[in-house]
Amino acid sequence: MTLSFTDALERITRIRGVRGAMLVAGDDGLVVAESLMEGVRGNAVAALAASLAKRLRKACEAAGSGIPSFLHLQAEAGTLVAVPAPDGVLVVAVGDRDVNVGLLRLEMRRVAEAVV
Amino acid sequence: MKLTRAVEPWTVEPMERFVNETAARLTLLMTPSGQVLAQHGFTRAVDVMAAASLGAAIVSSSSEMAKMLSGSPFPALSHQGRNHGVFLGSCDLPSQRLLVLVVHDAESSVGLVQLFFEELVRDLAAACPPPESKKLVLAADFERELNESLAALFGR
Repeated sequence: MTLSFTDALERITRIRGVRGAMLVAGDDGLVVAESLMEGVRGNAVAALAASLAKRLRKACEAAGSGIPSFLHLQAEAGTLVAVPAPDGVLVVAVGDRDVNVGLLRLEMRRVAEAVV
Repeated sequence: MKLTRAVEPWTVEPMERFVNETAARLTLLMTPSGQVLAQHGFTRAVDVMAAASLGAAIVSSSSEMAKMLSGSPFPALSHQGRNHGVFLGSCDLPSQRLLVLVVHDAESSVGLVQLFFEELVRDLAAACPPPESKKLVLAADFERELNESLAALFGR
């Protein structure tokens, strides 16, 4: 099954506590598609999340752990989650601190597999 | 080894911050005519001169094309290659218009460069001294000023 960008983002943003979702070009750090609440700086999140994913990938490879499949950052006032998809796209979600990370992870992995 | 060098001292701090944040390999701050104010990462004068001239020419020609198409120049240009990307942006400071040329590799990305370019513009605008009245250019001063600029950019 393939999903349009809009459908893919909607599947993530309908989870309670999610403040925004984006598809990011992993190599470039540029936004491919986004659905964000006001106040979330999409271009900044995209650039920094892509940079972080790139560095974490290197760290995991250096540690012999292979390619990371899920990134979860818990911050003081929120959560950032990223899942690498095929073709170098990164699925990124920004949520509240108490967002259901298990459900978010499940949905983001589905989106990563289905988005083209 | 210090890799950032500047003719105008007020540009050093914003440039160093930008380079640290983006991990850019090469950065040039110049006037629209290609006169270099600061550089990071270049080791040979000839490379700086060539990059500055070519960068200024690209901005100039694309600005003319943009005027033909939409009436206003492109605020930034990006060229992406297999291993390296080139970003060219312009900013209007209180005293002058400047161009920034950035070469980045896989350690950075065009997204990061774009993001921190906005900060660089803000930092440069804050650090920029107020406009001065134009001085008369004397032939006698030209060579001395040129040598001073080269010494500042390459530490010679």
